[in-house]
Amino acid sequence: MKSKRSIHILKYVLAIICALLFLFPLYVILNNSLKPFSEVRISEMWIPAKNPSFEGFAKAFDKLMQNIINSFILVIPVSILSMVFGSVMGFIFAKVKFRFNKILFALVIFGMFIPYQSILIPLVRSLNKIGLYGSLGGLIVTHIVYGLPISSLMFRNYYAKIPDELVEAGMIDGLELWGVFRQVVIPISMPTMVVVLIWQFTSVWNDFLFAVTLTQKPSIQPITVALQNLAGTQVIEWNVQMAGALIAALPTLFVYIFLGKYFIQGLLSGSVKG
Amino acid sequence: MYCSKRDRKVAIIILIPFLAILFLFVYGFIGWSLRVSFSSWDSIVPNMKSVGLQNYIELFKTQRFRTDIRNTIYFTVFFIMICVVGGFFLSYLLYSTLKGEGIFRTIYLFPLSLSFVVTGVLWRWIFSPEVGINALYRMMGFKASFGWFTSTHRVAGFNVALIALIIAASWQYLGYTMAMFLAGLRGIPDQLIEVAQIDGAGEWMIIRKVILPIIKPITFSAMIVLGHISLKIFDLAYAMTGKGPAFVTDFPGLYMFETTFRGNHYNEGAAISIVMLLLVALVIVPYLATTLRGDAE
Repeated sequence: MKSKRSIHILKYVLAIICALLFLFPLYVILNNSLKPFSEVRISEMWIPAKNPSFEGFAKAFDKLMQNIINSFILVIPVSILSMVFGSVMGFIFAKVKFRFNKILFALVIFGMFIPYQSILIPLVRSLNKIGLYGSLGGLIVTHIVYGLPISSLMFRNYYAKIPDELVEAGMIDGLELWGVFRQVVIPISMPTMVVVLIWQFTSVWNDFLFAVTLTQKPSIQPITVALQNLAGTQVIEWNVQMAGALIAALPTLFVYIFLGKYFIQGLLSGSVKG
Repeated sequence: MYCSKRDRKVAIIILIPFLAILFLFVYGFIGWSLRVSFSSWDSIVPNMKSVGLQNYIELFKTQRFRTDIRNTIYFTVFFIMICVVGGFFLSYLLYSTLKGEGIFRTIYLFPLSLSFVVTGVLWRWIFSPEVGINALYRMMGFKASFGWFTSTHRVAGFNVALIALIIAASWQYLGYTMAMFLAGLRGIPDQLIEVAQIDGAGEWMIIRKVILPIIKPITFSAMIVLGHISLKIFDLAYAMTGKGPAFVTDFPGLYMFETTFRGNHYNEGAAISIVMLLLVALVIVPYLATTLRGDAE
């Protein structure tokens, strides 16, 4: 019995060590973002801040403010429309039988795995042609379109679990399919709506490839691009860089900490099967 | 499910515009890129005159691209290995020690909510030769001169500079495999474990004979998802290291971006992107085919 207990304790110790390994970068980021510039020295990254100050945060916030706003302008409509479009597509694929349903759905899903580099040149050209290149509008359209596969996959997996009888009962009551969708299905879709909202919020907030390709002007760049630019300068103001990184991370971190359950659900449904 | 003819018609009419736009943006654009990859469009001005496979032939002769492919392969193998083995280890720790599971899970998983750019900025400082880990070693009195991601050392074709990137990427994605495995472990009926225990099986035996076979399909899905992520890797390398000296930390994604949008070599960029697409398709298409066929209603 004794050895069993010691194994149990050993497991706890291991779990704690692993937790510390995961957290130590957080120490680096917090510690250094709180240092005033006078304490930023090459050999002292690991030494705790002596006079913690918000100097770095103030500077980073000043530089990134507009980009944070841009990111919100981008993320909010994309998340909401992804949810709306995804639920419509997901419902049709889950509950309406038609020829090529499965193969079409497979073609839709493939769209979320492609390396976006393979569509980037035509995308830039096309957005340019319709006057959306280099604007937040173009980025919004792009994210909505390429968000369709994952959003409709999440809804389809959820709707596939709703018994057909429920939908049929609604139709016996005299509703058309569309009416059943609105009055019966939508009200029970809440959990998946939250999952899709959170998923799109996080992935669009964190996106870098589309953002860096489609926006050139600093005044309309989303936060990830601005952070990269801030950190790309060779100045060693790393208190500002660390503060900037933390600011860029905060919204998605908040979502994760407070709505973690839905975040994990989204994560697990990313592997195709619900 | 029963569905009247009219309802079906309405549904399909609603679906068509979505599919039209999506397929245009995915398959239409891929076709367009393919055409560019066969063209002689090598400046700001488009020139779609076909040169056949010339661009691909040139590409595979380029030192940079060869290095990129090698980097991608090594990165993918190590990244998947660490995430699968480490993720299983973490999930098993949580599965078998009950108290405090929620906190540990939250900690292991939080990096996943961050942007690769944030991860990159952070870990660049941690591995920066003068500042980061090396400075920590020096504080402890060791000599530390390893160049991390600036090192041009090579072992059996493996650029050791990649180690820093592999660690950062694994830090971010270990939680993902952990969550996948944990969901799988939670699905194992308690009786199954109990029966094995009554039969006298020790913990190690139970892991090998009961748990591992059950979570094998999860391992497979996790490997596919991680694999396609690492084949496409761009943000992390861009933010953390860039292409590095002698391309030690370069990847096809970086090369494509740079040559296309900084160098205006559209044909070369398109060819790289098509190679990337083929690599991903090689992994994803069989997976999608088996998974979607499997869940017939």
